[in-house]
Amino acid sequence: MWKRKDLLGLEELSKEEIELILSTAESFKEVSSREIKKVPALRGKTVVNLFYEPSTRTRVSFEVAAKRLSADVINIATETSSVKKGETLIDTGRNIEALKADVIVIRHNCSGAAAVLARNVSLNVVNAGDGWHEHPTQALLDIFTLKEKLGDIDGLNVSIVGDIAHSRVARSNIWGLTKLGAKVTICAPKMLIPAGIEETGVTVTHNIDDALKNADAINVLRMQFERDGETAFPKQLEYFKEFGITGDRLKKAKKDIIVMHPGPINRGIEMSSGVADGANSVILEQVTNGIAVRMAVLFLVTQARESNGQITD
Amino acid sequence: MAKLLIKSGRVIDPANKIDEVLDILVDDSKISKVAKNIKVEADKIIDAQGKIVMPGLVDMHVHLREPGREDKETICSGTKAALHGGVTTLLAMPNTDPAIDCLESIKILKSLINKSAKANVFICAAITKGRKGQDLTDIASFKKEGVVAISDDGASVDDDEIMFEAFKRAKEAGIPVICHCEDKKLSAGGVVNAGFTATRLGLRGISKESEYKRVERDINLAEKSNAKLHICHLSCEESVEMIATAKKKGIKVTCETAPHYFVFNEEAVLGYDTNFKMNPPLRTKKDMLAIQKGLSDGLIDAIASDHAPHTENEKDIEFERAEFGVTGLETEFVASVTQLVNNNLLDWSSLVMKMSLNPSKILGIEKGTLSVGADADIIVVDPNKEWKIKKDFFLSKSKNSSFIGLPLKGFVEVTICQGKVHKWNS
Repeated sequence: MWKRKDLLGLEELSKEEIELILSTAESFKEVSSREIKKVPALRGKTVVNLFYEPSTRTRVSFEVAAKRLSADVINIATETSSVKKGETLIDTGRNIEALKADVIVIRHNCSGAAAVLARNVSLNVVNAGDGWHEHPTQALLDIFTLKEKLGDIDGLNVSIVGDIAHSRVARSNIWGLTKLGAKVTICAPKMLIPAGIEETGVTVTHNIDDALKNADAINVLRMQFERDGETAFPKQLEYFKEFGITGDRLKKAKKDIIVMHPGPINRGIEMSSGVADGANSVILEQVTNGIAVRMAVLFLVTQARESNGQITD
Repeated sequence: MAKLLIKSGRVIDPANKIDEVLDILVDDSKISKVAKNIKVEADKIIDAQGKIVMPGLVDMHVHLREPGREDKETICSGTKAALHGGVTTLLAMPNTDPAIDCLESIKILKSLINKSAKANVFICAAITKGRKGQDLTDIASFKKEGVVAISDDGASVDDDEIMFEAFKRAKEAGIPVICHCEDKKLSAGGVVNAGFTATRLGLRGISKESEYKRVERDINLAEKSNAKLHICHLSCEESVEMIATAKKKGIKVTCETAPHYFVFNEEAVLGYDTNFKMNPPLRTKKDMLAIQKGLSDGLIDAIASDHAPHTENEKDIEFERAEFGVTGLETEFVASVTQLVNNNLLDWSSLVMKMSLNPSKILGIEKGTLSVGADADIIVVDPNKEWKIKKDFFLSKSKNSSFIGLPLKGFVEVTICQGKVHKWNS
């Protein structure tokens, strides 16, 4: 039974809670293949996408998910809101609450922003990525896709390659996968491995061939080269040479290794075009599955608030 | 003359090696007698039976924010908060706006203190103009204006030669240099202790190295110049070890820590609660234990609050954007009693030394004792009261405390400052 008002990250979730989201997503996936792609689960509810960072795919995915649940959707981006006038996050949240909205989906460049918002408003808060902290729905859709392709997550070898230090996708994947029993290897140049990450139970390597060797799946992160100068960061071509996923490298891996990427891809940097579009790639299926996972999350958090309300009020 | 008699309390006065049940007689603003069963017609009697009576606390690290940021704290509200926490004397740090970096600003601050301070306030002036680490202030002229120490607190002077010159001038002036040890090149942009907790939170880390490398540098300069160095707000094991070594070598170094470093560790930050965001940051559990040990071993000389009031607008926001610092004047004593005395890490007498006598000695001020003739700065403490602090307890203008809701044991019932009696209810 799902009891949380908010989804802030996977670190705080139990294995059972993660499995509940995944099984709920499974039942919602079919909706998107219907002729009329809509169920009335969130009819009469309002979902606000509050995005402090530019994002297309996550925002659109949440919007599609909410609409397929029959919710009304409002998109707020920083460029068009009073945020630029200096309104605080909490004030913005309380204003959205006063509009009698039901869910805030928040994307923010500060780690912990979703948590700050969640404890100051009574409506549901779903974290759509906060700083370097977590991006739970991305990891859930990655895991959903893996499960669809490979079955049980327990015992799978999953490698995550790229800028682990600054990646919320990596953190959420590490928490989610390890809780479900996967053996996780992370692979990056030394400067992009965050301190103490071994304590999560992952194996660390700086060699891409090691990361590929026994992997059942590889999740390749987007390299944000705009960070260069802000922190120590590798050069693009050097990175591709050392860590880029190419057809030649894949030949040495398991034949049916699953290749994932949260997008958008830097072709020729994180992976070659051949790999991105190749037989092992499930990148577009991830996008499709993102809708089902987000439908499940929106459904579960709103149900939790309703049933909590019935008990306490 | 008004006579005040404090009857039958357990008097703890390490300066005079006293720990027994005694009466204290106060005539106006001075202590006139400390003895058993004083028979006198008093104007006012405080029954201190079952209570502990000790010198008022001396907090050598306080940000009063005035002049410049009166929205956070004023000399009036800050000194009221001080009395509320048992602090009768404090050292005001110079990172105000303008900074206390010249005779003119010192005179302005003194007149503000004379006008509105409710407790004894001593002045710490800046080492460099504007606390920018470049041009030294006129340290030699400060002492006759009553300045008792210099510090660029909040920043450290990066340039070794400028810092060495500052030590030499402080030595000539006979005042200590209080050092906030932080190499900002190493801590740049960090908001929590570097390590796994920072990784879990997705926040930039502040390495311990940024602190202890600067502790090491300042100890070296103090040794070369033979000046008095006082290192403030120690947070990590390595810094404690370096100071231990320096003390063994006979270098004139003293140090302080703040209650949050021996009560909490970095895991307190896991909910992104900005009331646990301070600089230096809360470190690991191992560091917290090293600070506790440093206190019980006698290596750490003083406990100070680093009282850093901030408005809700500056704290109730995204973690990385929130200001560093927490309030402490009203919690430092009860937090220390709860964590140190009740866990047998310090006895009462040692606690009084660290929170009253030692800071007075380090600053060269005549405080921290219950000697006959001394200023009547005295507190009466209920050692057994168990309670929790609520937000409305604070007299400080700011409420950014790490201790809200924490179970505490010990309570300051009465603060007497210069003979004036203030009684408190929880």
